[in-house]
Amino acid sequence: MSNSIVSRISGPVVIATDVDEAKMYDVVRIGELGLLGEIIRLEGNKSTIQVYEDTTGLRPGEKVVNTKRALSMQLGPGLLTSIYDGIQRPLDVLREKSGDFISRGKIIPALDQQKKWDFVPKKKKGDEVSEGEIIGEVQETPLINHKIMVPFGTKGKLSEITEGKYTVNENVAQVKTTSSSVDIGLSSWWMVRTPRPVLKKLPPESPLLTGQRVLDTFFPVAKGGTAAIPGPFGSGKTVTQQQLAKWADSNVIVYIGCGERGNEMTEILTTFPELEDPKSKRPLMERTILVANTSNMPVAAREASIYTGITMGEYYRDMGHDVALMADSTSRWAEALREISGRLEEMPGEEGYPAYLGRRLAEFYERGGKAIVISPEERIGSLTLVGAVSPPGGDFSEPVSQNTLRVTRVFWALDANLASRRHFPSINWLTSYSLYADDMTNWYKNNVSAEWIELRKEAMGILQREAELQEIVQLIGYDALPEPEKGVLDTARSIREDYLQQSAYDEVDTYTSIRKQSLMLSMILEFGKMEEEAIKKGIPSSKIGSLEVRKLLSKIKWTKESDIDELINEIKVNMKQQFDKLFMEVTL
Amino acid sequence: MSNIAFKTISKIAGPLMFVEGVKDAAYGEMVEIKLANGERRQGQVLDTSKGLAVVQIFGATFGLGTTGTSTKFLGETATISVSDEMLGRTFDGLGKPRDNGPTIVSKEKFDLVGAGINPYSREEPSEFIQTGMSNIDGMNTLVRGQKLPIFSGAGLPHNLLATQIARQAKVLGGSESFSVVFAAMGITSEEANFFVKQFEESGALGRSVLFLNLSSDPSMERILTPRLALTTAEFLAYEREMHVLVILTDMTNYCEALREISAAREEVPGRRGYPGYMYTDLSSIYERAGKIKGRKGSVTQIPILAMPADDITHPIPDLTGYITEGQIVLSRELHRLNIQPPVDVLTSLSRLMNQGIGAGSTREDHRNLADQLYATYAQGKDARALSAIVGEEALSDTDRKFLKIANEFEKRFVNQGIDENRSIEQTLDIGWDLLSDLPESEMKRIKSEFIAKYRKKPPVEIGE
Repeated sequence: MSNSIVSRISGPVVIATDVDEAKMYDVVRIGELGLLGEIIRLEGNKSTIQVYEDTTGLRPGEKVVNTKRALSMQLGPGLLTSIYDGIQRPLDVLREKSGDFISRGKIIPALDQQKKWDFVPKKKKGDEVSEGEIIGEVQETPLINHKIMVPFGTKGKLSEITEGKYTVNENVAQVKTTSSSVDIGLSSWWMVRTPRPVLKKLPPESPLLTGQRVLDTFFPVAKGGTAAIPGPFGSGKTVTQQQLAKWADSNVIVYIGCGERGNEMTEILTTFPELEDPKSKRPLMERTILVANTSNMPVAAREASIYTGITMGEYYRDMGHDVALMADSTSRWAEALREISGRLEEMPGEEGYPAYLGRRLAEFYERGGKAIVISPEERIGSLTLVGAVSPPGGDFSEPVSQNTLRVTRVFWALDANLASRRHFPSINWLTSYSLYADDMTNWYKNNVSAEWIELRKEAMGILQREAELQEIVQLIGYDALPEPEKGVLDTARSIREDYLQQSAYDEVDTYTSIRKQSLMLSMILEFGKMEEEAIKKGIPSSKIGSLEVRKLLSKIKWTKESDIDELINEIKVNMKQQFDKLFMEVTL
Repeated sequence: MSNIAFKTISKIAGPLMFVEGVKDAAYGEMVEIKLANGERRQGQVLDTSKGLAVVQIFGATFGLGTTGTSTKFLGETATISVSDEMLGRTFDGLGKPRDNGPTIVSKEKFDLVGAGINPYSREEPSEFIQTGMSNIDGMNTLVRGQKLPIFSGAGLPHNLLATQIARQAKVLGGSESFSVVFAAMGITSEEANFFVKQFEESGALGRSVLFLNLSSDPSMERILTPRLALTTAEFLAYEREMHVLVILTDMTNYCEALREISAAREEVPGRRGYPGYMYTDLSSIYERAGKIKGRKGSVTQIPILAMPADDITHPIPDLTGYITEGQIVLSRELHRLNIQPPVDVLTSLSRLMNQGIGAGSTREDHRNLADQLYATYAQGKDARALSAIVGEEALSDTDRKFLKIANEFEKRFVNQGIDENRSIEQTLDIGWDLLSDLPESEMKRIKSEFIAKYRKKPPVEIGE
């Protein structure tokens, strides 16, 4: 009988004495309620435990039981379409069991234990298999095929494999290794703080298309890349993250609501089942896993939520899928670290954050990437990581933003000024960057058009020129500008308003294919060139601005993909006619 | 355990009291403190270990001694007895009657620190609340179950705005009024009287519950006051099916009380001395707004906070903004121009606006119109800044139009005085009226079908 008991309680941190075989990161159950916690420091016979649930009412002297296992999760069919809290408890089941408010000490399996899945073998009895190899499949949702893989470290001959209906806890196959035999079930367990290994990381070469013009055109993130999206409150972090979750062209989406608003998770839960994947026309929910640890849920579980999320992401990557993970917001995760660190009375680093903040962030982002996964047959999967950062006061010089920018390769800088004038997505085109853009040149050449890279450079050049000109306008007024410069401002404005601004709430505008993007941008720049030419011939810019075809340019974004070619032709014809008319007037 | 009175107080520092020899005080357990003169005070356990409990005292530490004071651990965490009788009553910051009425006795007792709402149980807030204020209804729409704070500053009329909302708020087509739960933290008695008088005059007092902790009351009570109010609100909403509007004022005083405790505990401070867990703590208040599937009532929150030195990046408004679903920001500049309410529309935001507007709830053109007004007003303000340097003559024709609309927008749309109650149609019509001068080519935010349907005047050709 163990005499391990609670000796001190301070918020989410509990100190227990004489915990059985205490090891770092062992999961323990505390007190009568059986609150879940994790050992994070050992000193003599004292174990410091961070508790994933509210500790109100807990008393010194209550017993502590060591599960002797690190925080682990069950991986198998049924993860998709689920919504979990930070420690992988399905919130829908939790609601059935304990009502509308989250009660404590409830242990609920992450996967439906009763549901039978159709298992289809891909290997037969007697086949030689080794770690990571796919031995069979389960159609998890109409969108996603779930692969059943040989566990890491196992190699041998399949002594048994049978097609049929199984629950997640039943075995579907058995492998005879040299020394023993290993059962393979529909599900497996993994410790969330340990990255799942891969064979080799590959350089990213294709973009994660998001249907968001400012991202796809100017600041693309690669499949398997990392991106940071910092911004003050109200600048549209969450909307951008949700747009990514909706429209990104990956197979699986893991969305982590880390310390954010409850109503936001509800919004996702209500909208995703109704939204269709643009390609397959199936509900988006069928490829989505949600992890919701809202701000009022316990802080230690918030810290864990990032790891449970990424472990699920890695698992689907190992099957050969492209996975995209959104974490909103990593600042709340960092604050959870700070809070626990403060309770442990650790020496603080910058702004009270623990000294290991940078390392922990880097470790997290390093779990992303495009990789050849471990398996005898070559299989490639990718895990793209997009982390929102909520810098206090919108000041990007704070530790979480800075440490994130050190390890991510795309920076989408949200700008409060743009947001307050309702320029959405309010991603500042002058300060944002993507280090992948050049790596993916070939992909764009082969898949969009040969001119795409040039178009993009030209448009960015005009926007930068606009910023310079604006400073001059501030000094001397718009009217005093020479006509050619007015022309540049016109084109820049058209790029901003007709192209960069994109409404997440409009049925059509919410998603733009890369093809439509290139058509749009080429039309806008074409108009700019015509204007430049017209100005050279002495036509005032104000006259060009009131051309009818201008209205058509602003209509492209509201036009359905199926009608786009027709509209582009109309614009081409009109543009030529109307400019020709202008030229005629001048020469007359 | 609850019968033992401990007299073993080793230290009193700030609002904290260290009691020794306590074996197993529960974390969060309530404590009764008896002074030598028989006076009683309340406290709560903040840190507990074998042999030592750290107790936070709600109320003054005046008269407490390491000798002569005895402490009783009550064996339960903080709760409040709630009943229908609470409507129309006024309580102090700890929930004791302040109006000479009887103490609330009820079988229904609720934990003050309620468990969080399961995100899966939440219902998405989507019912439009008509506040009768153009800048809110038209531009930053409030919906039932939302938490929308007012960011104000010293000397700005946030109280007028809050009471006007409480008075006028209604759901279109519904006849039921909102019940109001009002929690005052550290406001002056003058301000408190203003609220009470306003509720009285509008007849709302009968469906209101007031918790008043005034500036002269102990600051530590402020930690409990908003939680008392929200627990009561949740009872009224979820057990009694009422729609409750919770006004919390002033959250800045709450946060300062939080900082005081943190400093007394010698914790590692975060920004400006506020504790690192302030975000988590504030969210345990704000996140209690909402609606629950299958239950009729709702809790809508309007916290008010005075931004120190009007600085929106100060930790209190900053952390609040990250939790709440938008914010209404008051502007000193507009206040000086005598615009009431002086709402700075551009920095204000309602994140749940889209759910509550459009065909079926307000009007189909609402979203587009609001976006256009935003963009136009922003451009008009730019033009105003520019004209201050280069003179109005140097502006382009379009910029001059924007400037004019921006001026009109402030005078006619934002400004409406404290008595005018505008319907949503009136609000939207004023909006279209303002835009009537704008050429159609500048109305990039509005779909052409809406322009055709709602535009006030035939477009005037420009450049001729």
